[in-house]
Amino acid sequence: MTYLAKPKLHHPSLERNRVGYLRRDYEGKISTLCAGCGHDSISAAIIQACWELDIEPHRVAKLSGIGCSSKTPDYFLGNSHGFNTVHGRMPSVLTGANLANGDLLYLGVSGDGDSASIGLGQFAHVMRRGVNMTYIVENNGVYGLTKGQFSATADQGSKSKRGVANTDSPIDMVSLALQLGATFVGRSFSGDKAQLVPLIKAAMAHQGAAFIDVVSPCVAFNNHAGSTRSYDFVREHNEAVNRLDFWPSREAITADYPAGEAIDITQHDGSVMRLRKLDADYDATDRVRAMNLIQMRAAQGEVVTGLLYVDPDPEDLHRHLNTVEASLFTLGAAELSPGAATLASINASLR
Amino acid sequence: MKPTDVRDPEYFHKVVDCQYACPAHTPVPEYIRLIAAGRYTEAYKVNWDSNVFPGILGRTCDRPCEPACRRGRVEEENQDKPEPVAICRLKRVAADHKDAAAIRALLPAPAAEKNGRRIACVGAGPSSLTVARDLAPLGYSVTVFDRDPKAGGFIRSQIPRFRLPESVIDEEVGYVIDLGVEFRGGTEIGSLRDLLAQDFDAVFVGSGAPRGRDLDLPGRREAAANIHLGIDWLSSVSFGHTTKIGRRVIVLGGGNTAMDCCRTSRRLGGEDVKVIVRSGFEEMKASPWEKEDAQHEGIPILNYLVPKTFEHRDGRLVGMTFEAVRAEYDARGRRRLVPTGEPDRFFECDDVLVAVGQENAFPWIERDCGIDFDEHGMPVVDKVTFRSTHPKVFFGGDAAFGPKNIIWAVAHGHDAAVSIDRLLQGEPLEERPPPGVSMMSQKMGIHEWSYDNAVAPEARFKVPWADAQKALASIRIEVELGFDAATAFKEAQRCLNCDVQTVFTPKACIECDACVDICPMDCITFTPNGEEADLRQRLTAPALNLAQALYVQDGLKTGRAMVKDEDVCLHCGLCAERCPTGAWDMQKFLYTKTHAGPACRGRDGARKESERRAA
Repeated sequence: MTYLAKPKLHHPSLERNRVGYLRRDYEGKISTLCAGCGHDSISAAIIQACWELDIEPHRVAKLSGIGCSSKTPDYFLGNSHGFNTVHGRMPSVLTGANLANGDLLYLGVSGDGDSASIGLGQFAHVMRRGVNMTYIVENNGVYGLTKGQFSATADQGSKSKRGVANTDSPIDMVSLALQLGATFVGRSFSGDKAQLVPLIKAAMAHQGAAFIDVVSPCVAFNNHAGSTRSYDFVREHNEAVNRLDFWPSREAITADYPAGEAIDITQHDGSVMRLRKLDADYDATDRVRAMNLIQMRAAQGEVVTGLLYVDPDPEDLHRHLNTVEASLFTLGAAELSPGAATLASINASLR
Repeated sequence: MKPTDVRDPEYFHKVVDCQYACPAHTPVPEYIRLIAAGRYTEAYKVNWDSNVFPGILGRTCDRPCEPACRRGRVEEENQDKPEPVAICRLKRVAADHKDAAAIRALLPAPAAEKNGRRIACVGAGPSSLTVARDLAPLGYSVTVFDRDPKAGGFIRSQIPRFRLPESVIDEEVGYVIDLGVEFRGGTEIGSLRDLLAQDFDAVFVGSGAPRGRDLDLPGRREAAANIHLGIDWLSSVSFGHTTKIGRRVIVLGGGNTAMDCCRTSRRLGGEDVKVIVRSGFEEMKASPWEKEDAQHEGIPILNYLVPKTFEHRDGRLVGMTFEAVRAEYDARGRRRLVPTGEPDRFFECDDVLVAVGQENAFPWIERDCGIDFDEHGMPVVDKVTFRSTHPKVFFGGDAAFGPKNIIWAVAHGHDAAVSIDRLLQGEPLEERPPPGVSMMSQKMGIHEWSYDNAVAPEARFKVPWADAQKALASIRIEVELGFDAATAFKEAQRCLNCDVQTVFTPKACIECDACVDICPMDCITFTPNGEEADLRQRLTAPALNLAQALYVQDGLKTGRAMVKDEDVCLHCGLCAERCPTGAWDMQKFLYTKTHAGPACRGRDGARKESERRAA
């Protein structure tokens, strides 16, 4: 951790976005994580993405559980809403908040312990239900706060700092999310912002359950030879299936690629994702094939990254439940308590 | 780009903008930290070593360091009015607050033993006194000649007392003379040949630019009684020969001498004083703060008026006529003043002070004594060694390359002293001594540094002024009062410590991006290497200030290069604090110019000197 707050001074060439903010305005408090933690890079990517998306900070709710990763919402979007929940219970708090006020952008930030161990059940159900959110798991394969025991996502055979190999099977968060019905699934690496920032932007524009698994090396406990989550290992085995460009609308597109090299996917809100294929076999709109390919590459020891699956026209929980359009806090006494006659007619309809 | 070679002292020297811009290369951040620590005497000594006259310069320096100061660039878009650290006024704090007894103990003592070599310095201005200070403690017998009774030269004769009290001059000139320098005041050197005949081993000419340029316009001769040459008039005021001036005064010229003339006039009875200048306000040669100071005292500055005639009646000056002009620039950007065609303007006045420039004059140097002069009447002087075409005669200060200012004169003096020392030790003059350089990590603990790395957010503090009415009442009341200790501390904290360098070791880097993410000024980028012009465009923040270097290091595992734009780095050390492997370190880089003495000599010289002494 550091004892000096980051100076407020900024580079003179820094520009304001369309809602009038500098990138620095999306920062939070100074990080107290270990120096070199991958999580800090993810925070920086979220800051960059929100600035580029012209998001008004008060329109975002960031929620997290417990752990190194769950501390990070304190270090970005200092002017947004935040909720630090009980360990592993962020998904249900997020679901409740989303149901009460569907107008906010929900950002769930969690770690491999919070989501794959204590919170695995919650993780499964929030994905199944299709809650409209961006769920980021900062995945380092160890429990950093308790001095580096293997987490549930650690690869079998991966070595701890003491040289002991992990014997348990890993939980692959990406495969789980795909299987459980997430409609946007990506994986990235904290050391590659060029890939991570557009993924976060596309996920935040996605109107359904968006999940991004970000491999984030733990410099203190999982960045040694023999680890499969170290900077060196991930860089060597990173197998990006595609490169993503993201624009909030078709009019804003600023880059062009020769025909056949890229496909455009337009999301429900009008935003455009342009995917440049790096792997000819990979089709990010085919869920079953995507699951297959991820398993095949994982068996070869590769870490598949990129936009792995997207359903451009997802359905979310509000639509499933047919909820009212308005946020609950806008409803008055008349709407909330429609009176005895309405109750009588509901009762009559159920007889 | 090739990886930056940080073993070349010039690289990090250039990062310390203030020190690099200072002609004498005063280690500015070093003494500012000492001021912040309340160690004024040591801060004074750091200054004294480099620039000889901290108290004088702290009031009068042309401060080339301040426009160069990184703080000014850093505050762009961050502060309403971006301003550099008040370096010059902090220097004065060191001089004002030092312990008078303690400083004496830190200054060198007169040489215990003379080495038998005799040096003559012509003129007792800042360049000559610097030569004397550098050489006298080494054992040289230095004799300084001046036509004025007291030493100081232009510092004493032309800078008005309300800017520089005489006590400060006496003190700092005294430090030099007390090193065993022989001062012969009231002695005008009339012939260089005679001087050379007196068997000096070397002669240093630091006689300044003693002649003010005149304006030969109609009426000049008839109204001569009320037309004065600026520098002569200032000197006459300084020595108490002139104590009054007319009620209405016109000052001609736009340089610092003109500013001193108008402000002095205000104190000697001038009520309606104006400065009239040929050029526009921006192009005036005076430093911006000197113009401000004049305006602050209610003196209007009228621009684009070319003097045409001195108007006189019955042998008395009554006013001046001016032609209105405007500036036009040709394709090559050269300025031409073109009459606007408006009718001439007439201004009434009782006195005119002409401060339109200074000239060098060397009537006392015989043209056949071995010194070549160029077509402008200036001696031919080597820009590095300061030697003229005569092997034993050196020039410095305004006498060498025309009017500049004190700090340049001091720098010339140091270089000439090195030349004289090497000459008399039998070493080639063209080889110059390398600077003294030290690099030291400032790391004390995980988040502790031996310098204050927090960046103070404050805007520049204003120096208090004496009450305007009181200040204008007397020529001797100092206008600027100097910072008190508390304000000096706050102003000192604005210094970014640019001498504490960000040093990068590529083989320790794991490319975690922590430094990139934490850097408040977006200085750091990891990117594929390329040509400089291309690299400058694709950094985290574009590096558009071409005067500032890119620090490039390669040899990273991913094959990328680390590129740091030095331009607006805060030297806050957060990159090093957030670096998990110590690939970044904050190291204090101290650069000291090598002055005359053993360090400036080669081994040969040392050997020859000991042989000579033995013989």
